[in-house]
Amino acid sequence: MEALTHANYWAAIVLAMIGLYAVIAPSNLIKKLIGLGMFQSAIFLVYITAGKVEGGTAPIIDAAYGVYSNPLPHVLILTAIVVAVSTLAVGLALTVAIKRDYGTVEEDEIDEQDRR
Amino acid sequence: MIATHLPVLQVAVPLIAAPVCVLLRRGNYAWAFTTVVCWGLLAIAALLLDQVMSGGTISYRLGGWVPPIGIEYRLDGVNAFVLLILAGTAALMMPYARETVEREVRPGRQHLFYAIFLLALTGLLGITATGDVFNIYVFLEISSLASYVLIAQGQRRRALTASYQYLIVGTIGASLILIGVGFLYAKTGTLNIADLAVRVPALGETPAVLAAFAFITVGVLIKLALFPFHVWLPNAYAYAPSMVSAFLAATATKVGAYMLLRFVFTVFGIHFAFETLPLTEILLALSLIAVLAGSLVAVFQTDLKRLLAFSSVGQIGYLGVGIGLASVTGVTGALVHVFNHALMKGGLFLAAGAIACRLGATDLSALHGLGRRMPFTMAAVVIGGLGLVGVPITAGFVSKWYLVQAAFEEGLWPVALFVLAGSLIALAYVGRVIEAAYFRAAPPDAEPVREAPWAMQLSTWAMIAGSIYFGLHTDLTVGIAERAAAALLGGAP
Repeated sequence: MEALTHANYWAAIVLAMIGLYAVIAPSNLIKKLIGLGMFQSAIFLVYITAGKVEGGTAPIIDAAYGVYSNPLPHVLILTAIVVAVSTLAVGLALTVAIKRDYGTVEEDEIDEQDRR
Repeated sequence: MIATHLPVLQVAVPLIAAPVCVLLRRGNYAWAFTTVVCWGLLAIAALLLDQVMSGGTISYRLGGWVPPIGIEYRLDGVNAFVLLILAGTAALMMPYARETVEREVRPGRQHLFYAIFLLALTGLLGITATGDVFNIYVFLEISSLASYVLIAQGQRRRALTASYQYLIVGTIGASLILIGVGFLYAKTGTLNIADLAVRVPALGETPAVLAAFAFITVGVLIKLALFPFHVWLPNAYAYAPSMVSAFLAATATKVGAYMLLRFVFTVFGIHFAFETLPLTEILLALSLIAVLAGSLVAVFQTDLKRLLAFSSVGQIGYLGVGIGLASVTGVTGALVHVFNHALMKGGLFLAAGAIACRLGATDLSALHGLGRRMPFTMAAVVIGGLGLVGVPITAGFVSKWYLVQAAFEEGLWPVALFVLAGSLIALAYVGRVIEAAYFRAAPPDAEPVREAPWAMQLSTWAMIAGSIYFGLHTDLTVGIAERAAAALLGGAP
């Protein structure tokens, strides 16, 4: 049962690897961005899991509760989510511009046009 | 009173100036405003360096919160020196910016170009000034996102694919740094660099710290573009607008070198990185391959900007050699080379941009006879190129002198041989440019070319003259770099 206590971390590793594979393998530029998003989300999961305290509640000061989850990783990841969204936006904007100039979003077809 | 708030002004001023540029609506207004901002930043950076040199490390509490809970900006000899390089490069390039942005960027977008340029500068200055590892990640992404947009403004459509490739690789690099920072935080409960410098070595060789070290080092090497991670660099520099190539070549990889120094020497500590782990061997091997392979590939390029980009891959190898040797002389050499290479490569890319502005191309075949037709610009290319080779009285000689000396101190004479071999190969690629420009006659049907606009020459020559000045007067750069290196190797700042 040791492995199950770290289920979140295993999930993060699997997600990160699927994400990385999806960045490298497909030749479609949008699919690559989806993979990149998965890779980043996996990292967010690591942070959030590390901040969880067993039996802890949300970090609101109240006499009834004594144990709180660490709020700092949540705040850090809020920032990182903003970064990830901006990256996705810039990436998609570039993809739109590439589609306009090359007429395709497939990497192999773009390479072929560049080689000509 | 304002003097105590200089550290935060260094980063906040360009951040606030960027949206102001958007509001100005007109390219010329935005240019004038950005120029004022950049020279102001240079003044701030100079004052800060002076404060650090006379009064020691500055610790600035952001918003008055006490570190390590609050965010701290911590300036010592190393980052105050890098701040000066960044602000100085931006300020010197501003006269050039107007001419080239008017030609290369679409009319409705010129004010936005300056806004994004300021954001890129904000990110780079922020990475350098901050004393908080998560802040480093955020500023890294600010500068990277801005650079992707700037590179995509290139005139050819390949700028778009180059920018996309950089976006993918750069985001993976930054994400790896984020994982490493997460491990460090989980293990120590702090994000403050000075605090980490105390707590991380105390943990010893735990798997989490080893993993954090691996993730952060690989992430930073991607941003530094050291040998196997350099794939994004040549296309990004070759297809970006002239101003952007020059600015990024002079600054972005330098900040990567700074991050490597900060993480390896301050956060993890020299004992952990170089004695427990074989970072010297890894860095030296990668760097020497970078020096040889980058320079060799540069020899076979047919385009001046791509040639300069591959030469950058080689020159980054020299930074890696200095850092990998992990001695005061080696790190001094690396820091001096950061400064000198910013001047030389910045000046060379500016000259290449000036050629592109008059010829519309930078193919070596288009350069035939250009020594007579654009004598001043080509003279700048020759002097800058000799600097890359490391000819005495140029700045490049000073940094290589220190690197070779550091290699001998460690008894690693093969390293010194590789450094010298790299210089010889540099002579070959600089020679190709000189041959095309001076020893080939222009085709008889060539259209007459005028010399580049004076504002472009002003920026180019300011950088190139700087590389000669600091080749002759080494006290300033070497003095600062030596103190900074001694502080880095002496443990926590």
